[in-house]
Amino acid sequence: MEIILAIVVGVLYTAGVYLMLRRSILKFIIGLIFMSNATNLLVFLSAGLVPGSPAFVKSEGTGAGVMADPLPQALVLTAIVIGLGIVVFTLALKYKFFELTGTDDLDQLKKTDD
Amino acid sequence: MISILALPILVPFILIISLLIIKSDKLARWIGPMGSGLLVLLSGYLFMLVREHGVIALQMGGWEAPFGITLVVDYLSALMLVVSAIIIFSIAVYALRFLPETIKLNRFFVFFFGLTMGLNGAFVTGDVFNLFVWFEVMLMSSFVLITLGQTKHQLEGGIKYLALNIVGSMFFLAGVGLLYGKTGTLNMAHLAEILKNDDQAILMNTSAVLFFVAFGIKAAVFPLYFWLPASYHTPNITITSLFAGLLTKVGVYTFIRFFTLFFVQDQQFWHQLLLIVAGFTMVTGGMAAAAHYETRRILSYHIISQIGYMIMGLGIFTPLAIAGAIFFTMHNMLAKTNTFLVSGMINKARGTFELRDVGGLAKQSPLMAVLFIIPAFALAGIPPISGFFAKFILIKAGIENGNYIITAVAVLTGMLTLYSMIKIWNEAFMKPQPDNEYAGKPFQKLRFAEYFSSLFLGAISILMGIFAYYVFGFTMEAGTQLIDPTLYIETVLKGLK
Repeated sequence: MEIILAIVVGVLYTAGVYLMLRRSILKFIIGLIFMSNATNLLVFLSAGLVPGSPAFVKSEGTGAGVMADPLPQALVLTAIVIGLGIVVFTLALKYKFFELTGTDDLDQLKKTDD
Repeated sequence: MISILALPILVPFILIISLLIIKSDKLARWIGPMGSGLLVLLSGYLFMLVREHGVIALQMGGWEAPFGITLVVDYLSALMLVVSAIIIFSIAVYALRFLPETIKLNRFFVFFFGLTMGLNGAFVTGDVFNLFVWFEVMLMSSFVLITLGQTKHQLEGGIKYLALNIVGSMFFLAGVGLLYGKTGTLNMAHLAEILKNDDQAILMNTSAVLFFVAFGIKAAVFPLYFWLPASYHTPNITITSLFAGLLTKVGVYTFIRFFTLFFVQDQQFWHQLLLIVAGFTMVTGGMAAAAHYETRRILSYHIISQIGYMIMGLGIFTPLAIAGAIFFTMHNMLAKTNTFLVSGMINKARGTFELRDVGGLAKQSPLMAVLFIIPAFALAGIPPISGFFAKFILIKAGIENGNYIITAVAVLTGMLTLYSMIKIWNEAFMKPQPDNEYAGKPFQKLRFAEYFSSLFLGAISILMGIFAYYVFGFTMEAGTQLIDPTLYIETVLKGLK
């Protein structure tokens, strides 16, 4: 199970980086979503997976090895919410920028460099 | 009593709530500066507490470390809190006069205090994931602030700023995940305790490199700084000054915190890397600054150049060098913000930031010239203002430790700094006004309220130079505490023993 998820994380990162390097701002944002989900999965995986048993302690007590570690799940929950906020802000920013300039092309964004 | 540690986070939070409820611009004029004044007093009091106890820790919600979130304040955090509170206060006053009509003060102060909350949270937290959350609080506020005017340039700068900083956040989060996977804890003191006597600690390098990239983007070090000069000159000067003084320095703070407390396994490799990065950061930033003629761009590249000095102190890694890095950070936050404030004044008086278009300001406004010369001399390192001592400590530490190359680079970069400061001085203040569209415009007289922030920061810069003996004493304490973190670890993990 872990190996499959590890591959999924890798694929998501690859797709995210590819989309981020495209010229369209919208594709950049989709790449952002991919990468943030890949990172969330990575954090989720960090404690190791324990299939089939929830993160609850039975009344007679459960050993640490047989139950899932709840902390990374809590971390991921926080990270998902933060990621959502960032994506929404980025979309709003893109919309405003498109309204003003009428372009979705990252190559047009050269006015503040040099 | 000890729960006062939560106040640097709670006070801005309460201010945000009250600004959201009150919604009046007239009242915001008072809430902003007074709230920031309160933060200055509060951080001053915290500093007194730290002087008394060394390190103070608060276990949030009564959960003993490492299970709960711990707030810790040691000398480094306390000094950073004090300096940033001073900057926040002066910017809050400055904003009253320099924000354009289109930006509502009430709205500005909501995000201003949002940034303050994230900043203070990052300084006091003792937990890696909590640090990530405070970073995000700070980032979200800064995203809104940088695009607040909604002009084409601001949105474009905002997109660039946002893109790289979000990628940095992802590196940070991935690092947190790997760190937890390897050690099973996110409490900084507990991490230090676990990794201290672990023969497999070398495996931490994979996590450390993720944090290195994340903090490198935040602190704008050599190959990762390109978002900064592309975005910092776009927003209103108030917001640029705020960012210039505070944002990159949080990155430096986390660098110092992480690479002294628990990423200390492969010292040879990391210190070498930090020194190389520091050298390139100094030189590239300084050279780029020399090529520009727009004050905000010159000063933006300057921020980068000076970050190199702070990283250099960390790379040398002796108590004296760390003390030098902290001294330099404190001095730089004050002086850098001040130069931006003065460039805002030039813009207000003459209507442009272009150095080629202005001139003769020294005759028109001697006070403004004096106000510029203080932070400029401070940055260039001329005694008796703060910058001289900061550079002196760093260079002394470099020579004592045998890091001759980086020391030579630091000295030469000092020349570059001096060059760009002289360039602004000559162009804006000394040369006669060139014959162009700005020549006919009358010089806009500034009021005392507009000079106040710069006067305040300049006075502190000078005092920091005159009383350098005492300030150095505090930073030396901080350096000693960081090199030998036993007290930090014991204070946080009291309950575990």
